[in-house]
Amino acid sequence: MSTATKPTNGTDTADLAPVSTESLAALLVSTERPPRPNAIQTSFTFGWRAMLKIKHVPEQLFDVTAFPIMLVLMYTYLFGGALAGSPREYIQYLLPGILVMSVTMITMYTGLAVNIDIEKGVFDRFRSLPIWRPSTLVGYLLGDALRYAMASVVMLSVGLIMGFRPDGGVQGVLGGVLLLIIFSFAFSWVWTMFGLLLRTEKSVMGVSMMILFPLTFLSDIFVRPETMPGWLQAFVNNNPITHLSSAVRGLMDGSWPTAEIAWSLGWAGLFVAVFGPVTMRLYNRK
Amino acid sequence: MTSKNRTDQWAGPAIETAGLVKTFGDNRAVDGVDLRIEAGTVYGLLGPNGAGKTTTVRMLATLLRPDGGEAHVFGHDVVREADAVRTRVSLTGQYASVDEDLTGTENLVLLARLTGHSKKASYDRAAQLLDAFGLSEAAARQVKNYSGGMRRRIDIAASILNTPDLLFLDEPTTGLDPRSRNQVWEIVRAVVAQGTTVLLTTQYLDEADQLAARIAVIDKGKVIAEGTKGELKASVGAGAVHVRLRDAHQRPDAERLLRQALDADIQLEPDPVALTARVGNGSSNGAGAAEKASRALAELAHAGITVDNFSLGQPSLDEVFLALTGKSDHAETSPQPPTKQAQQQTKEATA
Repeated sequence: MSTATKPTNGTDTADLAPVSTESLAALLVSTERPPRPNAIQTSFTFGWRAMLKIKHVPEQLFDVTAFPIMLVLMYTYLFGGALAGSPREYIQYLLPGILVMSVTMITMYTGLAVNIDIEKGVFDRFRSLPIWRPSTLVGYLLGDALRYAMASVVMLSVGLIMGFRPDGGVQGVLGGVLLLIIFSFAFSWVWTMFGLLLRTEKSVMGVSMMILFPLTFLSDIFVRPETMPGWLQAFVNNNPITHLSSAVRGLMDGSWPTAEIAWSLGWAGLFVAVFGPVTMRLYNRK
Repeated sequence: MTSKNRTDQWAGPAIETAGLVKTFGDNRAVDGVDLRIEAGTVYGLLGPNGAGKTTTVRMLATLLRPDGGEAHVFGHDVVREADAVRTRVSLTGQYASVDEDLTGTENLVLLARLTGHSKKASYDRAAQLLDAFGLSEAAARQVKNYSGGMRRRIDIAASILNTPDLLFLDEPTTGLDPRSRNQVWEIVRAVVAQGTTVLLTTQYLDEADQLAARIAVIDKGKVIAEGTKGELKASVGAGAVHVRLRDAHQRPDAERLLRQALDADIQLEPDPVALTARVGNGSSNGAGAAEKASRALAELAHAGITVDNFSLGQPSLDEVFLALTGKSDHAETSPQPPTKQAQQQTKEATA
């Protein structure tokens, strides 16, 4: 996420080719405006912008490559022996969950990116364009969906090397990843809201962590809820992350956990329905 | 809204505001601004930092919602018909309104795509614009590596991608070296020549003087003066004749003669041989003032008063600005308020 402005390693204006007022005039005369693009076109154009940013600042992929690998290795070998007898056995249970955890944690960066970007002058230009208003933000999320897919591929590869053998086969695994990406896309609207609401990058980070830690740890990602005290089970069993990780685990396992899938999609719909409009309200006010 | 027509049906002003207000907490950033800007002209919004220029522009560009009053752009209300306004305006903000992480080409293609151009048309348009703006060589470089002048160029290029009917330029030359500044001016002139209306905000008087047909001087959220350059200068009536005599004893005589000849207030400078006369002629070429001054000199010579040194100060927008905003640190050099006499003469001179 190193979007900080570097000092201009200045090309002096003296070296610049002069402005050609004649060709400028010719360009200005052709005033025919093409038909207005629709919401999907503009959203994908902003998605293209997000991908260009990845292309120019590839370091920002650190959080979808090295970070997830670290999580898989760390938790598998740390808890594996104690919780499931061996890391190899534990990873069968853990990997879908740790995938959910990593990707939902990565969604946080959407809020940071929005918070940093929104103060830049280019947003004034975007907001003065006659386009579907949310497409700027949807574009971010589309770019991020690509990042989530990359993180998933990386983690699954590491998992397979470590002995993860999903019974659901390719289909089940792809289904699980797709569900995860859809959920994360919807969940990201929470962070776009905070990105617009909070004034500094640090506060966005702080609030995100406050929400993400309990949400991901107090779920069934690491251990089965049956081992927890009753009051905690009440939270864990109703945590959207629990629904999601159960659904993803089920899909990769080859079962078809209809209820859990429905819950995950329901939560996703709720996130968009609540935080989407709030985000847009803040965006229009900014 | 799929195509646009320069001449549209709208024959009224490009911008019309009435009692426009924007407050931020206790601060009334814009406090009842009335503007009427004719289409096809450059209009200068001149004022110091924090005067409310940018806030006004942001409201007109639909980026900020006014807290009071009304604003119409080509007849469209900026709040209720924001979308219609957006199809006709373009904004070059105070800080580069381009994506610094993207290259020059990518920035222009992005905007072309967002306004509905096909992929091919977008790349073509981007290449043409970069070429016209002398940026072809920097096309594949990230904008964050551009110099200040190059940033301004790519910024303006992005703004005129679809030839807007109204272009907002918010302090377009702040922080630029004189050469880049001249180039930006050239671009603005070329844009206006094609029929685009430009609303320019600036802290630089010479910039307003160079580009704008009409100027509104804005301070503390209020328009404190409005008119053509000539009118503004005339309202202060600040042409100054500076005279230095050889002999200090002759100063009382010189003062009397000059007062008669110039029909103006004479100021005795701390230097015992110097006098300054405020000539109430605000015509921008200063011809009337020069004529009167030479007559006065002849009379001094006729009376046997030796003049060592003489200069005629052109009335400048600077003086207008300082007189109106009262922001001068040197009260003694700022022009005095115009006398009725001076204004009377000005009207005759400009008539």
